[in-house]
Amino acid sequence: MNGERRRTAAVLAPYTVWAAIFIVVPLFFVAYYAFTDNSFNFTFDNITRFFTATSQVTNDAGVTSEVRTYLVIFWRSLKLAVISTALCLLLGYPLAYIMSRAGARAQKIMMILIMIPMWMNFLIRTYAWMTILQDTGILNGFLTSIGLKPLHIIGTESAVIVGMVYDYFPYMVLPIYSILAKLDTKLIEAAHDLGCNSIQVLQKVILPLSVPGILNGITMVLIPSISTFYISQKLGSGRFFLIGDAIEGQYVANNLHFAAAMAFILMIILLAAMALLKYLTSRPRFKTVKGAAK
Amino acid sequence: MAKELIRLKDARMDFDGETILDNINLYINDKEFLTLLGPSGCGKTTTLRIIGGFLVPTSGDVIFDGVRINDVPPHKRQVNTVFQKYALFPHLNVYENVAFGLKIPKTGEDGKKIRLSKDEIDSRVREMLEVVSLKGFEHRSVTSLSGGQQQRVAIARALVNRPKVLLLDEPLGALDLRLRKDMQQELRRIQQEMGITFIYVTHDQEEALSMSDTVVVMDRGRIQQIGTPEDIYNEPKNAFVADFIGESNIVDGIMRDDCVVEIFNRKFKCLDKGFQKDEAVDVVIRPEDVDIVPEAEGQLKGTVTQVTFKGMQYDIIVDFYGFKWLIQTTDFCPVDSKIGIKIDPDGFHIMKKSEYSGMFGDYSSYSEEYDEISDAESEEEE
Repeated sequence: MNGERRRTAAVLAPYTVWAAIFIVVPLFFVAYYAFTDNSFNFTFDNITRFFTATSQVTNDAGVTSEVRTYLVIFWRSLKLAVISTALCLLLGYPLAYIMSRAGARAQKIMMILIMIPMWMNFLIRTYAWMTILQDTGILNGFLTSIGLKPLHIIGTESAVIVGMVYDYFPYMVLPIYSILAKLDTKLIEAAHDLGCNSIQVLQKVILPLSVPGILNGITMVLIPSISTFYISQKLGSGRFFLIGDAIEGQYVANNLHFAAAMAFILMIILLAAMALLKYLTSRPRFKTVKGAAK
Repeated sequence: MAKELIRLKDARMDFDGETILDNINLYINDKEFLTLLGPSGCGKTTTLRIIGGFLVPTSGDVIFDGVRINDVPPHKRQVNTVFQKYALFPHLNVYENVAFGLKIPKTGEDGKKIRLSKDEIDSRVREMLEVVSLKGFEHRSVTSLSGGQQQRVAIARALVNRPKVLLLDEPLGALDLRLRKDMQQELRRIQQEMGITFIYVTHDQEEALSMSDTVVVMDRGRIQQIGTPEDIYNEPKNAFVADFIGESNIVDGIMRDDCVVEIFNRKFKCLDKGFQKDEAVDVVIRPEDVDIVPEAEGQLKGTVTQVTFKGMQYDIIVDFYGFKWLIQTTDFCPVDSKIGIKIDPDGFHIMKKSEYSGMFGDYSSYSEEYDEISDAESEEEE
C-alpha cells in the first residue's frame, strides 16, 4: 500500500467503523438469526416456514379455505405498497415539476410546506388521519354539511393507502424535484425550437432526463411502504395484516428467529426488485440505429 | 434581387421596468448572413430570442415573410436556433440529437400531420452529419465529444430541419481561438452552400467583420449602425461604433470647411463633406492610418510613452499635447523618443457628435482598457 492510499484509508477510518457497526453487524445478526433456531443451531426451518405455513381463512361469503399465511400477507403488502408508490409518483411528479419551474421564493415556500409534516411524529400524523377519516370524522362531517353521503373509509384498504401516500409523499417529491431543478432550461427551449409542443417536450426531454429522480423516489417510497406496519393497524382497524405487522408481531412475541427470517426474505426480494427496476429503466443508452455504419 | 424575409418594426422590450430594446427597426433579407454585434447587455440576444419566438416584444411587430408572427410559438416558426452552450440532449447520441426535430410530426399548410419516413430521416441525418464533418460519430454520446464537435452537432441538429432562418447565439464563444477561426470559415461555407439566412449574435467584432454580409452594431438596446463590414469599419457613425469596431483614436475636431478638419488647432485635409461650417465633430483616426516620420517633418509631434510588441507590429502609445494615441507601426520607436506623424486625407473619419462623444478614443489608460476587454470576453452573456 503506498502512502497516498494509506492516508485515504486513515481519513475514511471513522466512516468504515461507523458503517461496520451500524450496517454490516446488524445485517449479519439478521442473517444469523434467520438461519438458526432457538438454541442457535443452523436451520432452514424459519425460511421454509415463511413459504409453507398455512392457515384457515373465511371470506365474506362464509367459505373457508386454506392459504399460505405469509405469502398472502406478503402479497397484500406488496399490492398496497405498489398502489401507494404509484399514487405518490402520479401526484408527486407534477408537483415536483411545478416546484422546479416556480420562482425562487415560491420554491422555498413549497419546500417548507412539504417538509413540515416530516417534522411531526409519525404516530401523531397517523392518529390525525384517524380523526379525519373516521365514520364520524372531519371528512364525513364536511361531506354531510354540503349535502353528500358520508363515506366509510376507516378500516378499508383505501384508508391504509391514504395514510401511506401521505407519509411517504415527500420522499417521492424531493428526489424528482432535485433532478428537475437542475435541468437546463435551454434543453426545453431547444426542444421547442426543434418543433415540440409542451407535451412532446415532456415526453421526449423532461421525462427521460428525470428517470434517475423517479427511480430514487420509487426506491424511497416503495421500501418503507412495503414494510410499514403501524399505519395498517390504525387506519386499517387491524383488518389488513401486513408483512411489517407480521415481523413486529413475531418480535413482540419474542420469536426473534422467525422475525429475522421474514426481514431477511423481504430484504432479498426488495434488493432483487430494485436491481430489476434499474436494469429495465437503464435502456442501452446509445442503442444502435438500424443500418448504421459500423 | 434580395428579398426581405424578416422585419422588426419598432420592437420594444421592457423587463422589470428596464428597457432592454428601445424600438428596434431592422429588416433581414433572404439568404443574408447578418450579425448582431455589441457588448454584453446591448440587447442582441434579446433581439435573437424575439425572432426565435422565445420572447414576445412588449410592443412592436415581428414580420416573417409578410406575416405578423408576434404570437407564433417557437415550434411553429420556420426558424431554428444554435444555442450558446449547444443545449444538446444528454440522453441521446449524436444521431438521435440530429434526428430529434425530424421525428416530430409537423402540421402542413393543409392542416394535415406530416410524418417523415424512417428512410427519409436517416438519409437527411447522414447527409447533415457529412456537411458538418461528423461522419462516423453517429453512436457517440454527445457528452463524450469535444467542444468543437458538440458545436457541429448543434448546427446539424438545427440545419437538418431545413429552416428558412438559422439563429446562432454566440455559438463559438466556448471554443479556443484556433478552432473558432476554423469554425468561422466552416459556418460561412455551410451558409453559402445551403442558402439559408443566418442571424448571428456575437460580441467579437473580428468574427462579425470576417463572416457577415451585414453587421448590426447595438448598444443600450438601440441599433447604432447597420452596414456592410467595410462600411462599419471605414465609416463608423458615432464614437461608440468607432471604438467597438477595431482600435480608434477619437479626438474633438471642428469642420472648418468641406474637406478641412481642424484638430489640435491645426487644419488637415480630409475627404468628408456636408457638415456645417465650424460644426464640432468627432474625428476618428485608425492606429494603422498613421505614418511615423522624423519629428521635423511631422504634422503633429509627440512623445512615445509605451511600446508593446504584438508580433506583426508594435502598438505604441504617443502623447500629443496631453492626448494619448494608439499607433500601430512596424518601426521600432523607443519610449521617450520624439516622433512626428503624417495622416493622409483618407485617414480621417468625421462623425457627428453623439451621446458617446468624449467617452472613447483616448488611450491614457490603455493597459487597463485592454484588461477590461479580455474580462468582457470571458464573462457570460446576459
